[in-house]
Amino acid sequence: MEQGFNRRRFLLSTAGVAGGLALPGAPLFAQSANKIRVGLMLPYTGTYASLGNAITNGFKLAVEQGGGKLGGREIEYFTVDDESDAAKAPENANKLIKRDNVDVLIGTVHSGVALAMTRVARETKTLLIVPNAGADEITGPLCSPNIFRTSFSAWQPAYAMGQVMAEKKHKNVVTLSWKYSFGEQSVAGFKEAFEKGGGKVVKEMYLPFPNVEFQPYLTEIAALKPDAVFVFFAGGGAVKFVKDYDAAGLKKTIPLYGSGFLTDGTLEAQGDSAEGILTTLHYADGLDIAKDKAFRTAYAMAFKTQPDVYSVQGYDAAQLFAAGLAGVAGDVTKREALIAAMEKATIDSPRGRFTLSKAHNPVQDIYLRKVEAKQNKVIAVAAKALADPARGCRM
Amino acid sequence: MDFSTFLIQLLNSFQYGLLLFLVASGLTLIFGIMGIINLAHGSFYMMGAYMAFSLTALSGNFLVAIVVGVALSVLIGFLLEWALFSRLYKRDHLDQVLLTYGLILIFEELRSLLVGDDVHGVPIPELLSASIQLSETLSYPVYRLFMSAVCILLAIVMYWMIRHTRLGMMIRAGSSNREMVQALGINIDLIYRIVFGLGVTLAAFAGMLAAPVSSVYPGMGNQVLIICFVVVVIGGVGSVWGALVAALLIGLADTFGKVIAPDYAGLAVYVLMAAVLLWRPEGIFRRI
Repeated sequence: MEQGFNRRRFLLSTAGVAGGLALPGAPLFAQSANKIRVGLMLPYTGTYASLGNAITNGFKLAVEQGGGKLGGREIEYFTVDDESDAAKAPENANKLIKRDNVDVLIGTVHSGVALAMTRVARETKTLLIVPNAGADEITGPLCSPNIFRTSFSAWQPAYAMGQVMAEKKHKNVVTLSWKYSFGEQSVAGFKEAFEKGGGKVVKEMYLPFPNVEFQPYLTEIAALKPDAVFVFFAGGGAVKFVKDYDAAGLKKTIPLYGSGFLTDGTLEAQGDSAEGILTTLHYADGLDIAKDKAFRTAYAMAFKTQPDVYSVQGYDAAQLFAAGLAGVAGDVTKREALIAAMEKATIDSPRGRFTLSKAHNPVQDIYLRKVEAKQNKVIAVAAKALADPARGCRM
Repeated sequence: MDFSTFLIQLLNSFQYGLLLFLVASGLTLIFGIMGIINLAHGSFYMMGAYMAFSLTALSGNFLVAIVVGVALSVLIGFLLEWALFSRLYKRDHLDQVLLTYGLILIFEELRSLLVGDDVHGVPIPELLSASIQLSETLSYPVYRLFMSAVCILLAIVMYWMIRHTRLGMMIRAGSSNREMVQALGINIDLIYRIVFGLGVTLAAFAGMLAAPVSSVYPGMGNQVLIICFVVVVIGGVGSVWGALVAALLIGLADTFGKVIAPDYAGLAVYVLMAAVLLWRPEGIFRRI
């Protein structure tokens, strides 16, 4: 008994000593607090892993080019894999905000996850920069002074394509997309511009995400004989749609147009079926922009791989944040001045210079691209300095 | 809709319906004969699709992938029956639902570990990649005709097996009186194992066949599972004929629903189910 008691006392006192020893660790914390704390919440596993990595690479490249510092201060990264899982999004975002105490949150790819992050950022007033997710709401009804986007809204490329197709004098068009918000927002943006230009959407068709059984829809398109078809698909679904469209014999008779990602990162798999397809996006191959050439060379040197639209968006997220920090000489506590500096910034992006709209979405050129020899070659500017209407944003 | 379009949509409907039949027939066999509610049936379909993808990538040949995939599925079916399902015959439906739901989770995790969470496409085999011109604007992929032909062939083989072979006779007998069949000196355990293996293989085979046209993605099994239960319910539990008729009806409702009223397409199948059940609460056909 006596001995047991002593042992317990001994254990308690050693614990006390250990606790005391831990105290000198405090200055270490203060030192790291001197660095700017950047939280990267992006997908590093699963379907969108390559996109998450491209964004991270782009962001880090911009920081490296600034001598490893932003606004004269060193950077410390905190990384969370969001797994493109919207259910885990609030917890993941809170980890970075509350535990790691980050000064800025960068993320993410998946629109559902990004919407959840946006809500957390609004509540906690954390500075958030969205480097991909295109959901209209982020810079629409959910807009907020502390929320920025360096990619695009779903509305933007689709609206530009609506203008292009109206100018091409297509009258009757059928649309097809997955029935989820990004697809529906794309079709809505397209329809708005196309019908304003005098065209008519004769039939809107949707199928559940990520279903790719297109056969009945292709038969219907053949029966309706529209002047053209507008679709939103991405990734594996885009590969399959473009190939099925060709196999159904429709490519020869009814031209196919798409917003954004129909032919991005998919051309190798689509092969000849994609040749000649026109799409609209805020980036393209063969842009005659000095910044783009420099960026592509630097990126390829640093990461031994070619950059894509996602790396550009990550790169610009860092550029935007750097512009804000430059405005306050690295003092992140001056929130309002920081945000004002970001709002006023002109970003020298590889896609071409852009500014931000009042709702904090890029006001940017949307390019018309044509698939040629497995590249999305720019053939024109579809819409000059296109701003998202930011419907529902009260700011 | 003009007449030729109508015919082509009919072709689309049958092709989808026949594929559904292939999956649902296994489900209805296992349910009707062994009395097991198998929620993991969709997972076998997914397993087949992922096998088609991985084995085609490994061997470079779709046919080899199917042969190896079918052999593996038979093996997996037997193993599962021996290790898990054989213990379930006498348990109530709740236990069965719990076990098979657990299997869904295990299959999804295994898939995630082994193949990842990406959406994959499987190339249509060279030999079947051509298209036939059916109307002035539309050509129809040969592979889809091939799929339908294979499904019809399998339906005929199954009918013949259940109606006209000794094994079929024992299966039918076993479904109505297990003890009596056993008393006659027939190894009913083995017959159950064969039926289960057959059900798993049919589902997996359907997944393999569907892989080139529907691509391969996480959670694909659960989508199919729900529709298959609808097929079984409409057709009548345990009736293979019923499954065929119901699957074809659903193919029609789904395909024409999609093109006539795209906004309500998801509903068409369930409206059909409600209508059939009002007319015949036990399904169109009742027994094997």
